[in-house]
Amino acid sequence: MARTSLSAVALQLSGSGAAVSEPAGPASATATPTFVLDVNGREHQLTVDARVTLLDALRDRLGLTGTKKGCDQGTCGACTVLVNGRRIDSCLTLAVMHEGDRVTTIEGLASGEQLHPIQAAFIKNDAFQCGYCTPGQLMSAVGMVNEGHAIDRNTVREQMSGNICRCGCYPHIVDAVLDWKGRS
Amino acid sequence: MSQPVLGAPLDRVEGPGKVTGRIAYTADNDIPGMVHAVVVESTIANGRIAAIDESAARSAPGVIAIMTPRNAPRVDARKVDANDSLLFLLQGDAVEFDRQPVAVAIAETFEQATYAARLVRVRYDVRPPTTALASGERFLPDQIFGKPAQHKRGMPEDAFARAAVTLKQTYRTPTEHHNPMETHATIAQWTGDRLTIYDATQWVFGVQHRLAATFGIDPKAIRVVAPFVGGAFGCKGQTWSHVPLAAMAARLAGRPVKLVVTRPQMFGWVGHRPQTEQVVGLGAARDGTLAAVTHDVLSETSMSDEFVEPSVVFSRDLYAVPNYAMSDTLSRLNISKPTYQRGPGESTGSFAMESAMDELSYALGIDPLELRLRNYSANDPDSGKPYSSKRLRECYAAAAAQFGWSARNPKVRSTSRGRMLVGSGMATASRATHRSPCTVRMRMNADGNVLVQCGTIEQGTGTPTVYPQLAAEILEIPPERVRFEFGNTDLPAAPIAAGSQTSGSVGSAVVVAARRMRELLVSHDGKPPADGFEVELEDSPPPEEAEHATQAFGAHFAEVEVDPDLGTVRVTRFVGAFDGGRILNAKTARSQMLGGIVWGISMALFEDTRYDARSGRIMNANLSEYLVPTNADIPDVEVILIAGDDPFANPAGAKGIGEVGICGSAAAVANAVYHATGIRIRDLPITPDKLIR
Repeated sequence: MARTSLSAVALQLSGSGAAVSEPAGPASATATPTFVLDVNGREHQLTVDARVTLLDALRDRLGLTGTKKGCDQGTCGACTVLVNGRRIDSCLTLAVMHEGDRVTTIEGLASGEQLHPIQAAFIKNDAFQCGYCTPGQLMSAVGMVNEGHAIDRNTVREQMSGNICRCGCYPHIVDAVLDWKGRS
Repeated sequence: MSQPVLGAPLDRVEGPGKVTGRIAYTADNDIPGMVHAVVVESTIANGRIAAIDESAARSAPGVIAIMTPRNAPRVDARKVDANDSLLFLLQGDAVEFDRQPVAVAIAETFEQATYAARLVRVRYDVRPPTTALASGERFLPDQIFGKPAQHKRGMPEDAFARAAVTLKQTYRTPTEHHNPMETHATIAQWTGDRLTIYDATQWVFGVQHRLAATFGIDPKAIRVVAPFVGGAFGCKGQTWSHVPLAAMAARLAGRPVKLVVTRPQMFGWVGHRPQTEQVVGLGAARDGTLAAVTHDVLSETSMSDEFVEPSVVFSRDLYAVPNYAMSDTLSRLNISKPTYQRGPGESTGSFAMESAMDELSYALGIDPLELRLRNYSANDPDSGKPYSSKRLRECYAAAAAQFGWSARNPKVRSTSRGRMLVGSGMATASRATHRSPCTVRMRMNADGNVLVQCGTIEQGTGTPTVYPQLAAEILEIPPERVRFEFGNTDLPAAPIAAGSQTSGSVGSAVVVAARRMRELLVSHDGKPPADGFEVELEDSPPPEEAEHATQAFGAHFAEVEVDPDLGTVRVTRFVGAFDGGRILNAKTARSQMLGGIVWGISMALFEDTRYDARSGRIMNANLSEYLVPTNADIPDVEVILIAGDDPFANPAGAKGIGEVGICGSAAAVANAVYHATGIRIRDLPITPDKLIR
């Protein structure tokens, strides 16, 4: 079983290698599917280029610019959103793949003007400076707690390590998460 | 008022906007009719563009134009002053570094522009690149920020030769890229001959002047808006090539253009901290008193520009050293122009000098902290001027006590925790504070609410929070009644938000304006008239301010655990105490110090831009291979603020606090690694391969 899938992977790899050397690119470059995206409990009908990532669909097509692009390579976590309650890097997935999913972004965290307690805890503990990574940190924190991973300082550190904060607020982020968890 | 406003740890006023994602950074803005531009960058580090075939790209869906040297608008790419840079604006065919802009794809959507950029075929005549510091053409720069490239005081050669104990070692720091989480981004819109620019910048007026020179138009015809800036650390101080390229693309397309620099392109044309090779010589008496210090620095610069990493500032301005010599040499390489990065000079210089001091302490058998105290200087040792304030002794004492330094076994490789080797190290922090002219406008309405306007920016330093606090303290009103408006060129002119000068410059202008406003209030029996009061003034440092040397100080203490089999290093504890003069807001100040320490730990253990020697290309131009710390890499950090007024620094009484935290912190970690292992690493970063022998 394993052997068969390995050789299939090898075949795919050699296939894609050939494609890279042909600069004309994939024929599907102009496909524009129509689909429905559920974001923060609202359904949006979208007709977009199939290459549009979930991140760019949120930002450029739906105007939900709270989710940030930090690398577009899945390395920094700035674009973290929840899909069916689990955190993912929205830059590493295509929008068209999420028809029928529940997507939650930073815009869906507060209830009107009432901040989510993790948002309030971030402000109180000064868990950000420039604020650019903050939406991703917050979504990651909510996802981590949903996943049951926020046990103590060390697990929070480890579980929040997919989100880079270049301002260096890490200990304050841990404080904020535990502050929120302690209250809830 | 019962509680003092100034210094109070108030929450950031823009906090709710930041945690809800509501506030806008440059790339979050959308302009009707806006199209997207993607830069095509060179894949060689030295040579010439032989041919560009853009036919496939031009016929791709949604493409509006492909801008190459053939059809790019003619502009002036030359630098406007000595600190500026030549820009790479598709005006010729020369390529002098990896990832130099060579074309721009403009299309209706980001996806179409990205795809088209991939279809641009560039053929090069390649020449061998030079990216090794040792191989570049060496020269002494004419000046380093207005000072000579070689300088001495006393008789350093004689004193060094006669010293009882001498030490001479070479320390190396690598090329480092800033990598703020927000990549550079520009939106450009022409309305006739008027240009509107949204830009991720530390200085809207710098962008305005550079674009005016590039396009040969009146600066007044250019409006620059810097919405919130998502981190900068120095790389957003200069106007780099993509800013005019966005405006040129907007000209060519006849539409507003958004250009966002990609993460790999952050290793291209937007600046970096240059690698250094620093030879430090210490000559001391047996009691540790320094008789002579020499500091000779070799650092990299680009083919067409000069940037000096002023590492020598640290050794020149800190300890009581009667005999001193320094030199700065540059090596020309096929790299993009280096620039300021958080704590330019003192960050790299402190690694060398504070490592050398640690080496001297072991050579003499004197406690590292005691050695610093024996060389404590009451005055600036180079100019002889008194410091505007100096609470470094208090920093040493507070941090050492909190860390438990006195309980340390001074012997190397003497302490373990399970199978881990444990070590502790310390270092001094020091960073000059500057002040530049700054204009503010302050309005008090009939209802007593105040609006302060100044064209500075917010990059995480607390701008919208701390300046209202400063004004509120003087006007004796609650800070929430003062609003601070910033971030565009319509507002009164502010200096660049860099170089540990914003509190001193903007803060001082706010103080002077608020004092005048208070006088107006007093003369009106404490009530503003129906049409309110307005004060607008330009505040400049008076000549008498130069009678003092103004520096922020601090002391770092680090504990590390080193795995003796794997060579991995973890920082397990860190304590820093700082003298930043008057603290405007203890909460935001603490975070800036923390950030500086995290940068120092990062410099010690992680960051390292690697060039391929044969191709001259950067091999780790992304955040999975260019390492920066994650949450799990950073221990709990204790920041102690030794607060106190500084009557001579500036009217705000504040010294710069954004950079002092990184100065010395890398050395504290390296010194702790030595204490843990007995292995002295003089070549950053401290990676496992260097510790396994």
